[in-house]
Amino acid sequence: MLTLIVLLPLLGFVLNGVLATRLGGNLVGKPFVTVVGCGLPILSFVLVVKALLDLRAAGFAPIVEIAYRWALIGNSSFEIAFYFDRLTAVMALIVTGVGSVIHIYSVGYMKDDDSFGRFFAYLNLFLFFMLLLVLGRSLLVLFVGWEGVGLSSYLLIGFWFHDLANARAGKKAFITNRIGDAGFLLGMFVLFQAFGTLDMDRLNAAFGGATLPAVSASLVGILLFIGATGKSAQIPLHVWLPDAMAGPTPVSALIHAATMVTAGVYLVARMSGIYLHAPEASMVIAVIGVATAFFAATVAVVQTDIKKVLAYSTISQLGFMFLALGVGAYGVAIFHVVTHAFFKACLFLGAGSVIHALGGEQDVRKMGGLARKIPITFVTFAIATAAIAGIPPLAGFFSKDEILWYAFASTRGGSPLLWGVAAATALMTAFYMFRLLWLTFLGKSRMSHEVEHHVHESPLSMTGVLVLLALLSAVGGFIAVPHFLEAQLPLPEVHEELHHFETPLLVVSVALALLGLAAAAFLFGGTADRVERLRRSFAGLHRWLSAKYYIDELYENVIGKPLVWVSDVVFLRLGDRRLLDGTLNGMAAFGRGSAGVLGRLQTGSLHLYAWFVLVGIVGALLWSWRHV
Amino acid sequence: MDRTQLLIGVAVALFSLGLVGVIVRRNVLVMLMCMELMLNGVNLSLVTFAQQTATTVGAVLVFLIFVVATVEIALAIPIVLLLVRDKRTLDLGAYNDLKG
Repeated sequence: MLTLIVLLPLLGFVLNGVLATRLGGNLVGKPFVTVVGCGLPILSFVLVVKALLDLRAAGFAPIVEIAYRWALIGNSSFEIAFYFDRLTAVMALIVTGVGSVIHIYSVGYMKDDDSFGRFFAYLNLFLFFMLLLVLGRSLLVLFVGWEGVGLSSYLLIGFWFHDLANARAGKKAFITNRIGDAGFLLGMFVLFQAFGTLDMDRLNAAFGGATLPAVSASLVGILLFIGATGKSAQIPLHVWLPDAMAGPTPVSALIHAATMVTAGVYLVARMSGIYLHAPEASMVIAVIGVATAFFAATVAVVQTDIKKVLAYSTISQLGFMFLALGVGAYGVAIFHVVTHAFFKACLFLGAGSVIHALGGEQDVRKMGGLARKIPITFVTFAIATAAIAGIPPLAGFFSKDEILWYAFASTRGGSPLLWGVAAATALMTAFYMFRLLWLTFLGKSRMSHEVEHHVHESPLSMTGVLVLLALLSAVGGFIAVPHFLEAQLPLPEVHEELHHFETPLLVVSVALALLGLAAAAFLFGGTADRVERLRRSFAGLHRWLSAKYYIDELYENVIGKPLVWVSDVVFLRLGDRRLLDGTLNGMAAFGRGSAGVLGRLQTGSLHLYAWFVLVGIVGALLWSWRHV
Repeated sequence: MDRTQLLIGVAVALFSLGLVGVIVRRNVLVMLMCMELMLNGVNLSLVTFAQQTATTVGAVLVFLIFVVATVEIALAIPIVLLLVRDKRTLDLGAYNDLKG
């Protein structure tokens, strides 16, 4: 049954990919694509629910299903096996559940697109690989899914590849991920060499045993985390995610917010057996996570593209998840994955609805006053905004508050410093999200007259999904994910003496969210010159932030340009043209020159040849006479 | 000057005559004949030495050369015939198609 969960979306990919694209001559119409493209993921979701019920009936003993033996090399057998436990259940529910509703949303969003069938084929392909990633028992299967989601992400970012910028963004995502994958592969090599297996449950068990294995847990942990930084857009490999917004908005919601980018979090949580023995690696994760969260939040404050704000907010929230992982609160990180999937999918789809209503406009400076025109989108967007800002009792409040608490008090590396940075980030999160809400939906309209005339609420397939996700964003916090996972991913101990801080910190985090709301309301709810004055007084900082800390430019100058220079001067001009081509051309020229000289002997005159023979004979005779 | 010396002298004379002929004459048929002359000079020297050393190896080699010479001339004459048919001359100067 686990195999079926994975294979159903693949079937959808094959059907849609062959029948509904130019490949198969567009044999079938949009109704077929809709039914197949949405039906199979929903079916997968139903099967996941059933698997969860089976799991509960079996007393939460992990279900293992071996689908196929891939290779038998020496004594090691590589199997495509699926593994279903509590963690898998949570992730698979999110992937298929949120995935399915985003598929349904896409029906409305993409209905006028020529490549409707291709879009659904890619989405189904993504779902297939993501399920492979989540359900795989071995790191090898996980890696196949890992690469596969990268591929489908590339295909979907560059979905409208007629615009070269989109194709370039896809390429950037793919290449940046490849850097992380190098670390991931090295980690796998180290693990396989040490244990002779890549099955994750066995690896965790090997680290949890009485005698510690003869391999540095920190080394493995850091190598795997490098892979996670690529997929989950952490510093320093975060640069691809904002550019990935070039894809269609449902893709941004599904792949670049709700599911794929959380694969890194899943990986670390899944391998928590290793990280429990790697305090150094955990510290690196916590620091990178909180730095990413802070850095991305500062950039999000000044972005003007509605999707870019959400993209940086995603990076920031992923940073929060890694912070939780770094302080040992694996279950809490997964909890944030879940709530984040709800509210960020809702936000992205809401943004999609706005973009849809405005005919493709993404610049918040040209929006405003949309609340009355598209009320359903506004209400759902507002709920999701409040959820991500951490206003109780919405979903984001619970998960974020737990992250802040463990960042403060965990015995596995929590510290007030981590809490301070994370709390500042939470404040900024509330501020930039309410700023976005205000600029988009409230205040006076800044749209051109023509655009304003065409504004319309989205069709039911889109608004229905928005309402559903907003509902989940509102109540998702009451799903006790950490408690559900505790049997598998125990929560870290907290410092005894810090226990009495729990309530004050709770109050502080609520206050921070409200403070962010108030600041945004004060700045953007009033007259425009308040913002303008602020911007002018911090002109340098504003420029610095708008340019995203010039990180793209830094990479371009430090890595890109030297690489181009070396390729051009050393490899192309010196190596290829001079050395390789030069050698060949030199040999050819030598052959031609010597042929020209020797060709003069071939006069065609037999007499001359006879003379040569004579000279040769005489020479040979003389030589033999002298030497015998 | 005994007989052996005389015969060797004749053999050398035959060979040199043939060689000079091949080198200086322009008529293809004459050149072929000169080549035969050289072969015969060699044959004569072989026979002479065979007589002198009272062995049969040299004489056997002579028969081999006869066979080779026959085959050679049997191939060469048709080639010359074809060439003549093509060029309408026996002059070697016209046969320079293989000039490099």
